[in-house]
Amino acid sequence: MRRRIGPWLVPAFGGLAFLFLLVPIAYVFAFSFNDAGRTNLSWRGFTLDNWRNPCGAPAVCESLANSLQISSIVTVIATILGTAIAIGLVRLRFKFNATANMLIFLPLATPEVVLGASLLAQFLNIGVDLGVGTIIIAHSMFCISFVVVAVKARVASLDPKLEEAAADLYASPIQAFWRVTFPLLLPGIVAAALLAFAMSFDDFIITNFNSGNVDTFPKFIYVAATRGIPAQANVIGSAMFIIALLIVIGGQILSNRRAKMLAAR
Amino acid sequence: MSLLTAPRSAKAKPEETRSASEIRADKRRGRVGYLLILPGFIFMLLFFVLPVFSLLATSLYTKPPGADIGQFVPALQFSNYAAVLGSYWPELVRSFAFALIATVAALAIGYPMAYLVAVRLRGRKLLQGILLVLIIAPFFTSFILRTQAWKQILADEGPVVAVLRAMALLPEDGRLTATAFAVVCGLTYNFLPFMTLPIYANLERLDTRLIEAGGDLYANSFTTFRTVTLPLSMPGVIAGTLLTFIPASGDYINAALLGNNQNTTMIGQVIDSRFFRVVDYPGASALSFVLMLAILFLVILYVRRFGTKELL
Repeated sequence: MRRRIGPWLVPAFGGLAFLFLLVPIAYVFAFSFNDAGRTNLSWRGFTLDNWRNPCGAPAVCESLANSLQISSIVTVIATILGTAIAIGLVRLRFKFNATANMLIFLPLATPEVVLGASLLAQFLNIGVDLGVGTIIIAHSMFCISFVVVAVKARVASLDPKLEEAAADLYASPIQAFWRVTFPLLLPGIVAAALLAFAMSFDDFIITNFNSGNVDTFPKFIYVAATRGIPAQANVIGSAMFIIALLIVIGGQILSNRRAKMLAAR
Repeated sequence: MSLLTAPRSAKAKPEETRSASEIRADKRRGRVGYLLILPGFIFMLLFFVLPVFSLLATSLYTKPPGADIGQFVPALQFSNYAAVLGSYWPELVRSFAFALIATVAALAIGYPMAYLVAVRLRGRKLLQGILLVLIIAPFFTSFILRTQAWKQILADEGPVVAVLRAMALLPEDGRLTATAFAVVCGLTYNFLPFMTLPIYANLERLDTRLIEAGGDLYANSFTTFRTVTLPLSMPGVIAGTLLTFIPASGDYINAALLGNNQNTTMIGQVIDSRFFRVVDYPGASALSFVLMLAILFLVILYVRRFGTKELL
């Protein structure tokens, strides 16, 4: 008798794919508990020391502080500019809209190394000193596109009748925006801000071109990789992972509760 | 991806049926629209469009005789392009080859993942939610830390090599790190979520009754997939392949950490080292510009060939 394997093929293969996706993350997490000493290459025994003292290795926390500062500023700039573009685009006439979409799409269709190199060429030509400021500019540039994409999806799903209803109830356009449109867009804006933060925080290539001698967290790890990454970097990487996971799960629970509340009304 | 969907067309009403106040309101909406996009577009103009022209200008600079390291003067030295292309065309071709293989591999892995979560598990909200979080989980751990983890997993004394050697799939002195295989593996891994998410977003909206209809018409599951599911999910597949191929072809973290230096060098590494080690700004700029043009050319070709109306 021929067994049917068809129904099991997709789950089995998909399961393997998830394993592939998660093994390196588990590895990073496991080696944050390694009693590693200077180079975290082989397992030397379990310890909690790295977690107790995440700033123990030289320069880890300085680079982390730089990254957190840069990513926070970038998130604010990119979210404000990008959200404004996403809302504005919907109100534009068709013809200009296509050009505007192209300008937003192009940075996403350009490899990071080209974005980094062209900004560097620009900074060299006008003689700007590389540092935190140039990193913030570079990150904001590519994060704006991501924010526009994420918020635009939300704007497109809005029912224009809602704003019209607000107008019928004598709300001014500004009131209609802040009392009706904005609250509806907020989940999309928050998701876009988180995306911008994550993209900025984890960026290496564009940063490497425009950072001068300022170290960000990814740059610190990349440089350290040649002589051995300290286990403290794994601790910080794992901690960020857990925090992000909690934010996502919390957001899910919150939006589920909101949906239930709305349904109960 | 909504980025790729056509913008909503302006009010479809014919002009003559619109009242004067409607037209006025529309105009005001338009003005507000321009005001809203203005700051962001000035930013993009200054830090994206202008730099690309700066890159083009720099790629034509020349080094005057007797100048210091890093000193160049504006010129129209088109031979810069011939020089870098002559020396680095193998790296350019290799980058595209690696990116292509990684994209195909990511599609082969990412599509079943997306299908499993979006179609097979439809209705099981909790499980779907958990698996979706797992798909984006790699974004939460540093890209470089994960790549470094791969390097250690694939290392000569690591578990994968030991198992493969024991199964005689790898010769006793065979290794995985510092090979093209490791670099392509790393690229596939790192860009897998970029492939899976757009396909998932697409399959999530797929009406499963269409699959059932395929079965009712006596198509076996493979035929149904080939003639119903796959064509309907093409926009997701195209978005996913672009989001994987483009960053993969310019990436150099994988090649730097997982490759060796002779026959895995990718174009990104060359651009980086020409900028910072050789201090040859014109050469590095020329290579960047060629990479950008080549990718745009390939993307347009690809979208023309497979694209639906929803794209670009």
